[in-house]
Amino acid sequence: MALVLDSISKSFSLADGSTVDALSGISLAVADSEFVSVLGPSGCGKTTLLRIVAGLETPTSGTITLDGERIAGPSPRMAMIFQEYSLYPWRTVIDNIEFGLEIRGMTREERKKRAIEYLDLVGLRDFAGRFPYELSGGMRQRVAVARALAIDPAILLMDEPFGALDAQTRNRLQRELLDIWEKTRKTVLFVTHSVDEAVYLSDRIVVLTPRPGRIREIVPIGLPRPRERTDVEFARIRRYVLDHVENMADTR
Amino acid sequence: MRYQRVLLPIILVVAWEIAALAINNPFILPSLETVVPILINPFSASFTLGTGSLAENAAISIERVGLGFLLATAIAIPLGVLMGRSRALNDFFDSLIEILRPIPPLAWVPLALAWFKIGLTSIVFIIFIGAFFPILLNTIDGVKGVKKTWIEVATTLGASERQVLLKVVLPGAAPTVWTGLRVGFGIAWMCVVAAEWLPGISRGLGYLILYAYNFGQTNLIIAGMVVIGLIGLAIDLVFKKVEKKWFSWRGLER
Repeated sequence: MALVLDSISKSFSLADGSTVDALSGISLAVADSEFVSVLGPSGCGKTTLLRIVAGLETPTSGTITLDGERIAGPSPRMAMIFQEYSLYPWRTVIDNIEFGLEIRGMTREERKKRAIEYLDLVGLRDFAGRFPYELSGGMRQRVAVARALAIDPAILLMDEPFGALDAQTRNRLQRELLDIWEKTRKTVLFVTHSVDEAVYLSDRIVVLTPRPGRIREIVPIGLPRPRERTDVEFARIRRYVLDHVENMADTR
Repeated sequence: MRYQRVLLPIILVVAWEIAALAINNPFILPSLETVVPILINPFSASFTLGTGSLAENAAISIERVGLGFLLATAIAIPLGVLMGRSRALNDFFDSLIEILRPIPPLAWVPLALAWFKIGLTSIVFIIFIGAFFPILLNTIDGVKGVKKTWIEVATTLGASERQVLLKVVLPGAAPTVWTGLRVGFGIAWMCVVAAEWLPGISRGLGYLILYAYNFGQTNLIIAGMVVIGLIGLAIDLVFKKVEKKWFSWRGLER
């Protein structure tokens, strides 16, 4: 097991002195090269969970280990992809992709070479010299994916990366992400509130309850890829997961 | 350039010439032909009542502004970055700054004279006061405006505090800091003219126009004012040009 979350809980203290439990007792093991989605209604703490794994927040209790090694703080073996506003607007596309490599002190030629490789992977070679504001939303997220991959992390953490895109672009980027995932065999932890997206992408879906977020159910998706959204089995699984999510919304 | 942009200046010049002829008193309104020779011979000392050429005086004023402005920049930017990054430091300095900020730079003149005596230091101090606050406040704003996600991206990619500062916070705040520099320089340039009216000063564009007044040379006053305006305009254009070239991403963060 590559990434192991053990009894992660997180509570926030409010201004009036009371505390709110955001996450409670989350235990999860993610295998190497596995694609796992964390699904839940807004406010269930799924983003908080991802941020804890990324080292951007500390859990109130519980531990995270990567290949048996305890993780506290940002790990060089993980890279996070945010929903939006993550590219540096003063840097060109290629300079954005080079950012992580620059941080690691790689030489200019080496990182240029590596960045072009990943630009090719996301199909944006012709846009190397453009600035983020010259790109569409879908292109910007491709750049963000390339920047994360460029540092060659073991694990990709994705926080609703396609949530701000229109439906068509989102579907295309989901397909591209699966292509990339199959080529690079990264472990992916993917946060989303879209049942459809989770069923389309994942090996397993972790369904969280509303606040405090607990694991309600882990749904393995056995369908072979590429998956067809119009497929009967796809629809059945989507219905099944949707029922779980909706039930929770009712009993909240 | 559209012709409308030059229409009003042309009308004004023509009206000026007609009015000058009608008034026929060069102390109230000198005619154009007594002003233009001064302007087209900026390196000649023969129009300036023995105070050195127009260019010489301009150079001295620019040097004074430059000193005060650089000093203000050197203190305001680091302080602004610290205040923008640290809530505690912001709270520590904020009330003092709020008290000092509304005091006009020229209100500092008597105190400047008491502290630094007559001379360059006093002038530079006044200019420093004028330029300091816009640079500081814009730097704080710029640093606070750096998007949280930009910093978190760097953090997750393993950036150190120093790298976050140099590669994310400073470039992210740069457009707003630049606005502060531009506004600060504008105010500094206004201050220098008044600061050169301090007793014991004997060079500079501000000095020159007051000196010209004492000799009833209104044509020299106007020539000096035109030069002051043109230099201010030219420097502002440079600021704008740089802004357009380097910071065109501003407002287009996505």
